[in-house]
Amino acid sequence: MRAAPLIVALGLTVAPIAAQTRGDAAPQTPPAAKTARAAAPTDVTGYWVSLITEDWRWRMVMPARGDYQSVPLTAEAKRVADGWNPAKDEAAGEQCRAYGAAGIMRMPTRLHVTWADEETLKVEADAGTQTRLLHFGAWKGGGRPSWQGDSAATWELPRRAEGGAQPADSVSKAGTLKVVTANMRPGYLRQNGLPYSGKAKLTEYWDFHGGRNGEQFLVVSTIVEDPQYLQTPWMTSPNFKREPDGSKWDPSPCRTSR
Amino acid sequence: MVKTILLAFNMLAVAVPALAQIDLAGHWAARAHEDWEERGPGPEVVDYLGLPINEEARSRALAYSTSAFSLPERQCLYYAPHYNVIGPFGLEIWADTDPNSGRVVSWNIGAFIDKAVNTIWMDGRPHPGPNALRTFSGFTTGQWEGNTLVAYTTHYKEAYLRRNGVPTSDQASMTMYITRHGDMLTVLEVIEDPVYLTEPFLVSRNYQLDPAANMTRVPAPCVPEAELPQLKGEGRVPHYLPGRNPFVNEMTQRYNLPTEAVLGGADTMYPEYKKKLESYQPPAICVRYCCGWGGAPPGRTAPNVDCITGGSGKINEQ
Repeated sequence: MRAAPLIVALGLTVAPIAAQTRGDAAPQTPPAAKTARAAAPTDVTGYWVSLITEDWRWRMVMPARGDYQSVPLTAEAKRVADGWNPAKDEAAGEQCRAYGAAGIMRMPTRLHVTWADEETLKVEADAGTQTRLLHFGAWKGGGRPSWQGDSAATWELPRRAEGGAQPADSVSKAGTLKVVTANMRPGYLRQNGLPYSGKAKLTEYWDFHGGRNGEQFLVVSTIVEDPQYLQTPWMTSPNFKREPDGSKWDPSPCRTSR
Repeated sequence: MVKTILLAFNMLAVAVPALAQIDLAGHWAARAHEDWEERGPGPEVVDYLGLPINEEARSRALAYSTSAFSLPERQCLYYAPHYNVIGPFGLEIWADTDPNSGRVVSWNIGAFIDKAVNTIWMDGRPHPGPNALRTFSGFTTGQWEGNTLVAYTTHYKEAYLRRNGVPTSDQASMTMYITRHGDMLTVLEVIEDPVYLTEPFLVSRNYQLDPAANMTRVPAPCVPEAELPQLKGEGRVPHYLPGRNPFVNEMTQRYNLPTEAVLGGADTMYPEYKKKLESYQPPAICVRYCCGWGGAPPGRTAPNVDCITGGSGKINEQ
């Protein structure tokens, strides 16, 4: 009979403590038999438009040379940025330097999200006509560095109130799409030549939220780490809103001006 | 005894998901990697870029003079709850729990020197009626949606959307989406206002868990003083009459931005607005706040610009 109080005490004491997680707890893994597409907790495909409500003067227009505001650049990075030469980039065919994975999501752009195949989410941006491929599962990157690098994606599913798999009944409850990108060609964090190196690593948490009036919002919490050009990780969170269709989709080439 | 232990573990397995939620408690240090100027030294006097404001909001903002805060009766006015992320400070977050059940009754976001505590009620209580008292902190209820705490705030006083006089009305509301990713916290605010905004205004920020961050849960006492003797006892409120704001063209002169853009509106939020800026030419060099990351040692940074105290820049005339 002494066991009963022990059981009750364990249940009462440990449950509330264990129930508090840090937000980085091991995600619940979807059933192995399902493809990434089939296991996706919600449908994130469609068109999303960036809302330039933050850092407008550094995103909507070209900032002045030497304007590093908000970015924890190293002294070496400032030296490189001071020497930024857009004409030289243009001549070298490097006009997409500001459109790489570490820069494109803060551009004024629309995203078109589709499934390229059962294990790959395709994210196209009309700014610079760029394509990111987010690979799920056991995909291994490698090869030559590219503007968009190699992106490995996983779903971090919410802990449920009542156990079991997570069939999200709204986009808000879908959990987080985590994307880690490396193997990027050296590029610019901003159009005015703030550099990131080939050693940079990009970690993104894509969170989808439902608004009170039926809107769907996407916040991409972003961490750029670069041992060469950043003093500390650079943390930003560009915001997007879902659009009903692609009627405003407007692909444009990479540019080194404006 | 073996059966007892197995039973105990079974209870744990069942009990954990039943109360599952993310622990948001802690000191979350601000990372001013976005909108540094707005959050730090403050926005330009007339800078409504990217704000979905209507004409009435624009008119009120253009009538605003920062000197109004020198009036003793205005010095202790708090900012609105949306200042949680629009302001420069980190967040201290803690939970209040029911002493009997252990359940979280409310999450709380601590005060700043100029913002009240934001209490997020988690116990299902309803919002007050439409004519209830407006307070500095407003009234907030919350619920978990997946791993995100969604908090809805109403009933706060008229305030500012940007620290240069862009107003929000006492009909405004705010939905906060608070999501923790390990030691990073992201807070998205969606601010709606039928009086002054034509569309919801979204703003989000990141914070890092920092147990050493020095934060307070309560605001410091505010003691008003007569800062501008000429205002004392006159009953005059500093303002600009319509069409008389002398700073309307300041950003155009400084950054070459069209005045139409500077005055904001929902269209300035969207990518297609770039088409109206085809002829834009940036200043030849950075002319303000040019010394990069705060704390950078004095020295030359951008071409022809020297650092001065506080991270600002001045043009080197030589």
